[in-house]
Amino acid sequence: MSLTEAWRVALDALRASRLRSGLTMLGVVIGVAAVVVLVAIGTGAKDEVEQQVEGLGSNLLLVVPGEVNFGAAPTVSPLRLADVDAVTRVVGNRDDVAVTTTSGETVRAGDRSKFATVDGVLETTPKVFIRSLARGTYLTRSDVDTGRRVAVLGSAVAQALFPQRDPVGSQITLAGVRFRVIGVFAPLGQSLGVDRDAEVHIPITTAQRVFDTPRIDGLAVKAPDRASIDQLGKKIIAVLQQRHPDTEFSAVTQQQILGVLGDILGILTGVLAAIAGISLLVGGVGVSNIMLVSVRERTGEIGLRKAVGAKPRDIGVQFLLEAVLLTTIGGGIGIAIGIGASLTVAALSPVPAAITWWAIALAFGVSAAVGIIFGVVPALRAGRLDPVVALRSE
Amino acid sequence: MTAAPAAAPVAVSDVTRSYQLDGVSVPALRGVTLTVRAGDYLAIVGPSGSGKSTLMHLLGGLDRPTSGHLLLGGRDVSTLSAGDLARLRNEVIGFVFQSFHLLPRTSALDNVGLPLIYRGVRRAERRRRAKEMLALVGLAHRIDHRPNQLSGGEQQRVAIARALVTDPSVLLADEPTGNLDSQAGEAVLTLLETLNAERGVALAIVTHDAAVAARARRRVRMRDGLIEAQT
Repeated sequence: MSLTEAWRVALDALRASRLRSGLTMLGVVIGVAAVVVLVAIGTGAKDEVEQQVEGLGSNLLLVVPGEVNFGAAPTVSPLRLADVDAVTRVVGNRDDVAVTTTSGETVRAGDRSKFATVDGVLETTPKVFIRSLARGTYLTRSDVDTGRRVAVLGSAVAQALFPQRDPVGSQITLAGVRFRVIGVFAPLGQSLGVDRDAEVHIPITTAQRVFDTPRIDGLAVKAPDRASIDQLGKKIIAVLQQRHPDTEFSAVTQQQILGVLGDILGILTGVLAAIAGISLLVGGVGVSNIMLVSVRERTGEIGLRKAVGAKPRDIGVQFLLEAVLLTTIGGGIGIAIGIGASLTVAALSPVPAAITWWAIALAFGVSAAVGIIFGVVPALRAGRLDPVVALRSE
Repeated sequence: MTAAPAAAPVAVSDVTRSYQLDGVSVPALRGVTLTVRAGDYLAIVGPSGSGKSTLMHLLGGLDRPTSGHLLLGGRDVSTLSAGDLARLRNEVIGFVFQSFHLLPRTSALDNVGLPLIYRGVRRAERRRRAKEMLALVGLAHRIDHRPNQLSGGEQQRVAIARALVTDPSVLLADEPTGNLDSQAGEAVLTLLETLNAERGVALAIVTHDAAVAARARRRVRMRDGLIEAQT
């Protein structure tokens, strides 16, 4: 019997008992759909984090006191503006160095208020990070040098305080001090769990005065290219270490952040896929069970096929192909449902979902493999049936 | 054996067949020699448990003897693999069963074409030959009907068409009229006899029915796993 004919015979057999075939497929459909959806969500989360990290800017080096490690206790920063000057000398260009001193503050305008992350920054921030303005202008060097009380609002802050009008030129109050709004950021969304639209940028010098601290929480440097990042990081740390012998400093690149987060999310995706894989396995066991029942029920048919010339291999192949058809058709339907569910999840919820072809190919391959693995025992049993015994069964 | 074995499509020589039941060997055939010659028409008769069905299974190559020789199409089946035996069965034998053994939910045409699948015949050719056979048994107008849409007599005629579609040397019929009323039984028997006479296919019928046996040219009477008499 040719393979084409074997496929046709197997398909005819499945068609002959549609309800049972459909119910048998259900386990595989659910398993494959779960694999596709969960891998899509895992991959989507990973993509989004990557996008957010990449979206910060390019060739960035983040320098912080202490150790950059998940779960590490925060360190009180010994960094001061003089350190920034020292780092600028290493980097060679003030425009490539950004700093922050951060404080959570309630920002008010008239009777409206909004809790915001107030960042004391240099005028260089938009040159180091990707930040674009929707209105007005950003801080200038003169604003920083003279410690002017000017502020650039994140879009959410602007929307909360000035819902109906352009905030540029208006007054806001933060930490009891009045500031003039000179610009509004374009909406940016979240970066690594931080709402970037709830930020307010003010000159670092003003921030240090208003918050009554000489502290700088961290600094970021834009390297001229990716190749020089590591070398530059070492130089900066060496300079800072020299100035603050008692403090340890860490320089971390976007690639390192991506590496750590990517590993975590990769494991998460793997775990999700494995859980979904278990349901696929259960579906496979269901296929095997039904195929065994089918062999028993169709013993007479097997006997007849053997009587008219079917070889044991022909019968075995027929039942194996039936199992493979069940799981691959089930897999196909599961993939379609999985894609549909992923798109729905992505459209209707904040959970990101990215459909990847490798996950689909894997799910399909696994479902075919499940058919082969779980179809072998019933197929062997069918192929080995004694035709005389099989014919007597009817 | 009176004829040369090579000329006979099916022959058994001193065959025995025992079954193991709870570790005890139960003999079903105890040394049977029989040749089905080309164009033969014989009836195998005997009471229940006499071994006639076991003999038919051996003659059809569905089973192998415990001892002795079974020649199918001139080949000793003891040396054949299960696959080779299946191929030989497909070439030499056509089976007609008491309970028809048609595939449910499958048209008469596809039921008849079934043996050709295992001969590797393409679908179009299969359907052409199946149609021809259905016309031969008078069912040209029933090709798309499923077994449950056919009468018992029609179902048996579909089974006969299926047995003939491979152009076998021997038709083995196990109680072919056993499930039919007398009119349908007569029609089926007449059809088998016509095929035997006109197409030269050897016909071996296993039957309880003395009237059916009486119509055969040769009768083999079985008792206790042995041939009691041949007339």
